[in-house]
Amino acid sequence: PATMPTLSVKRSRLNAALGRTYTDAEFDELCFEYGIELDDVTSEREEYLKSLPPGATPRRADLESKSEEVVYKIDLPANRYDLLCIEGLSRALRIFIGADAAAPTIRKVAGPHVMVVDSASTSTVRPYVVCAVLRGMKFDRTVYESFIDLQDQLHRNLCRNRTLVAIGTHDLGAVDATGPLRYDAQAPGGVRFVPLTHPDGTSFAADALLEHYATDPACKHLKPYVPIIRDSPLYPVVSDAAGSVLSLPPIINGHMSRITLDTSDVLIECTATDLTKANVVLDTVVCMFSGYCRDPFVVETVEVRYEGSDAPADVPGNSMITPALSTRTLEASVSTIASVVGVPSLTAEDVVRLCNKVQLSPASAEGDTLTCTVGPVRSDVLHPIDVAEDIGIAYGFNNIERKVPKTCTVGGEVGIGRLGDLLREEISRAGYTEVLTHGLTSLADNYTSLLRPVGTDAVSLSNPANIEYEVVRTTLLPGLLKTLQHNRSASFAHGMKLFEISDVVLRDDQHVVCDTVVGARNVRRICAVYSGPTAGFEIVHGLVDRIMTLCEVGPEEEYVATSNDEEGKFRVAREGWSYIIKEAEAEGEGGTDCRSYFPGRGAVVMLTNPTLGKRKVIGHFGALHPEILENFTVGYPTSAMEMDLEVLL
Amino acid sequence: MTKKNQRHLSPGFVLTNTAKFSVLNFLADGAPEAPSQEAVTRIKPSVCKDSSKVPSEKKPFAQTAAKMVVSKEETESSILSYFSSSEDAKIDDTFYWSKDMKLDHIAVVGAVKSLSADGYVIESNISVSFNVSTKEGNNILSTGSPEVAVHAHLKSVGPKTKDELDAALGKDIVKIGMGNCMKNKWIKKDGKLLVTAVDDVEDSVLSLLKKVVEGINVDSKELAILKRRKLISSVTRKSFSVMRGPNYAPTRVKKAADLTKEMLDSGAWKTTSFKPYNFLTLGEKVSGGYLHPLLKVRSEFRKILMQMGFMEMPTNKWVESSFWNFDSLFQPQSHPARDAHDTFFIKDPMFTKSVPEDYYERVKTMHEKGGSGSIGYRYNFKKEDAYKNLLRTHTTAVSSQMLYKLANQEGGFKPQRYFSIDRVFRNETMDATHLCEFHQVEGLVADYNLSLGDLIGTIETFFNKIGITQLRFKPAFNPYTEPSMEIFGYHPDLKTWTEIGNSGMFRPEMLRPMGLPENVRVIAWGLSLERPTMIKYRIKNIRDLFGHKVEMGRTRTAPVCRFDHSE
Repeated sequence: PATMPTLSVKRSRLNAALGRTYTDAEFDELCFEYGIELDDVTSEREEYLKSLPPGATPRRADLESKSEEVVYKIDLPANRYDLLCIEGLSRALRIFIGADAAAPTIRKVAGPHVMVVDSASTSTVRPYVVCAVLRGMKFDRTVYESFIDLQDQLHRNLCRNRTLVAIGTHDLGAVDATGPLRYDAQAPGGVRFVPLTHPDGTSFAADALLEHYATDPACKHLKPYVPIIRDSPLYPVVSDAAGSVLSLPPIINGHMSRITLDTSDVLIECTATDLTKANVVLDTVVCMFSGYCRDPFVVETVEVRYEGSDAPADVPGNSMITPALSTRTLEASVSTIASVVGVPSLTAEDVVRLCNKVQLSPASAEGDTLTCTVGPVRSDVLHPIDVAEDIGIAYGFNNIERKVPKTCTVGGEVGIGRLGDLLREEISRAGYTEVLTHGLTSLADNYTSLLRPVGTDAVSLSNPANIEYEVVRTTLLPGLLKTLQHNRSASFAHGMKLFEISDVVLRDDQHVVCDTVVGARNVRRICAVYSGPTAGFEIVHGLVDRIMTLCEVGPEEEYVATSNDEEGKFRVAREGWSYIIKEAEAEGEGGTDCRSYFPGRGAVVMLTNPTLGKRKVIGHFGALHPEILENFTVGYPTSAMEMDLEVLL
Repeated sequence: MTKKNQRHLSPGFVLTNTAKFSVLNFLADGAPEAPSQEAVTRIKPSVCKDSSKVPSEKKPFAQTAAKMVVSKEETESSILSYFSSSEDAKIDDTFYWSKDMKLDHIAVVGAVKSLSADGYVIESNISVSFNVSTKEGNNILSTGSPEVAVHAHLKSVGPKTKDELDAALGKDIVKIGMGNCMKNKWIKKDGKLLVTAVDDVEDSVLSLLKKVVEGINVDSKELAILKRRKLISSVTRKSFSVMRGPNYAPTRVKKAADLTKEMLDSGAWKTTSFKPYNFLTLGEKVSGGYLHPLLKVRSEFRKILMQMGFMEMPTNKWVESSFWNFDSLFQPQSHPARDAHDTFFIKDPMFTKSVPEDYYERVKTMHEKGGSGSIGYRYNFKKEDAYKNLLRTHTTAVSSQMLYKLANQEGGFKPQRYFSIDRVFRNETMDATHLCEFHQVEGLVADYNLSLGDLIGTIETFFNKIGITQLRFKPAFNPYTEPSMEIFGYHPDLKTWTEIGNSGMFRPEMLRPMGLPENVRVIAWGLSLERPTMIKYRIKNIRDLFGHKVEMGRTRTAPVCRFDHSE
């Protein structure tokens, strides 16, 4: 699913970073223990060959341009953004295997630069910005690619495709920083600059640029971001002291301040709709890449100053020094950790030692209290339980002694589930084959193909995956008819009998579950069909009688007066419970559903019991109308029954 | 061997005495009869062996001899009494024998096979191929060839145009006759008129055809001419030569196929001899109904979980609020799983009407500001997101409600084990292993001071019961459980380690707003029902398991669901 990020790294580079050459199997094992997954061992060339359509011959030039070097594809947990680049992944694994004692501490030095935010305008579209400067970066091709890849990974994951946060990185040397930098929002027509996508120097107005990205196939990678701001009256703009545009977040940076391999000083700005996430993103980039600075692991701060009205409430004093690089200490109970993990023998010393393996150091313990450090890249740690999990990982989940909870509880099942299972057995015993059909269906199948008017009782979907899934079914019948259709090459000489016991969903504004009213309720139904040389009305009729007998409901006297009911004397019925069948009437209860039956061959089932009262319609059956058979391409006369089950509990 | 029968072995026959000749279908339809013994001519034996070469029009070859209508028993009796004359008595060819005896050949063949099955006689196949005149050939035999007719007409009435000839002789005769006359240079064209070129012609086609029908050998080239003109065709006749069998007796005692009520009533079973039973055919298919394979597995899983002390949760609730499906589980509102391309949202009714208000506030606070030791997610919690209706993406939406009830029930919290197996919905791309609907199996235990060891042990107990005994646990991330573990099992059917489920401990941020006591922990695990079912029943495509495209044959042949083979 979309929640699982994947990182591709060259095996040789990873082994070099880990300081040890792992076999694929050893590395796979390490991944498993740490909680990441070696998903694939491949190469650029292999990936290229895989991407070709089946049967296509690769172009020789293309093939030769792809490296054969082994690449690992690693699946990562969606809450560890520091693992999204080789710098962070290798750092975490080195600490885990004990090659490094702890993660480096990032030191902040106060810098001269100020970012002034025009909060009156930015508050309308993208209120926050946080910045940092990395001095004396030494880029080479590999570092540069990793730097870009991390931004892409963050954009895809934590930044929710740039909606929450967008990262802009700039060559500070190309920026006029003689005065404050500026973040504001401007009318699109007035913003003009040469975007990163046009090294030829073509200048665009912001509105024309978005139109260009929305339509030009060469820029289709940017198209998904266009809707984020397109309809906003003002577009967010980051500009330098001279008013030159540095970026049009969250779409594109300017060409002027682009990063090259020669860039030394890097300005990072993250604009956002969510300040917490903006800080996490900026801290992550700084922690991962400050190691390449002239003074390793030193970052220069930028003051972000909100001017004008509508300054965000969560920026005290309308000013903040960024990056936040917030590091906090967290206290947790050693005995609670030991209890959660399930290793009662864990001592305070053990826990401190294990903290060092999972980047929670420095840690110390006094009595039962563990004090550990949650660094800026560990935004996943919200609660001491997160520390407990990491201690568990460091200890090894597979080293924990396995036991079962001692409290005795009594098993059991829900009444309707039990009744359903008992009836499934009985009805299959009666010669019916069980089917399992989809709960989502089309309006046509649910109503019009059954000759029923389109009702207002169905729950409709807002984003169906395909046309078949417009509504949640209100009847089980279409699924059975489609099963008959699909099996039409089978023999119908002795009749095909199918049944299903499952749920339909009806709109209901009164139904309360757990103090909650969602506006719909499930109804458990039984539906059965018989299809054969003759319609077999009496066959499904017999099934209705059988179900009633099984559920301890006896026929009304009027109903069986003329039947040869020789077994009637053995029948067991609940006090006050009885049923009768009546010919369906167009205007009567259940009349709309009964339009599915051939005239004169439809009936309703009426139940009398102490809660429902007298003769309430709980289902219907009959010979299906030939037009329905045509609609569902069923070649044989067919009878059907459908009935509520909950009322028979 | 009688003298009469000997003549059927004249050199004009091609006999293939293959004991196991397979063209018996033809016999059942009625054997073709040559016009006379003399009319048979030698053709290549290879033709005889190919039943497909036998012409389908049989009418001209129908038996001409009058036959009495006799019963099957009488036919059998005729055969058996024929053999009573001597031990060496033999029917050289049932075809001619039937004619002599004035019996229907088809009936005789049937009787021979029936007698042979009980060993009264031994038969060997005879296959005879010969040429017979076709319908067109028969016309020539009766009226002469078209070319002679054309020549004779022109000779008698003088030059004519083709149209005049057509009118006089008919188009069919003229079409064939005129062409052959031209080829033979019997007639020539004089402008539009056709005139004779020679006075006297000989009808060589007629005389050739006569020879063939009379069984006189003709040159193969000449035979080819007749074939090309479709005047003759070759046919194969199947018959038997028959001798006494090991169980020969002058009268047949019919063996009974089965015990009958009459035999029991009369005691006849004591003296009746019974046919041997063919043990190498399948028995009759049982009639009756069948349960669906996935739901058989569901029943078994339900039993296992109940044996383990788990109580079923009422999961008959497909439409959920985002609040119970996500928010109550401490899944942030910006989480990608809450995107439209992962979740089915509801157009109508679009929003939930109400949720428990106090609890809603506690959940909102936990997301925005944290509490109970958590720093929370620190974002603005939106009511409209919480109230959005959806089709539940997991049954954990119900688990959450059950835990809320457990915390707020009269008398307060009591430890409990819960399970459910029911449908969930995901707006995913469908393929061979993914549908928009599938069944989730979920189990959870709520108790004081539970540990990962309890979770692992509980999971191990469950998977042992479904035949998976080797398990490993991988740290994982799940927004509402911490710690979280993916369950990997060594699958005895797949012979490989594979991910078989997910598990974890519900986060305190989820449990505390419900009102569960501080030291109550909840461990849970889940898996899909479809995957173990597909492995168990060797189903490659999920559409063959779930939905209307399931073949009934698959349901009918599915074995009972049990996982105790290895115990």
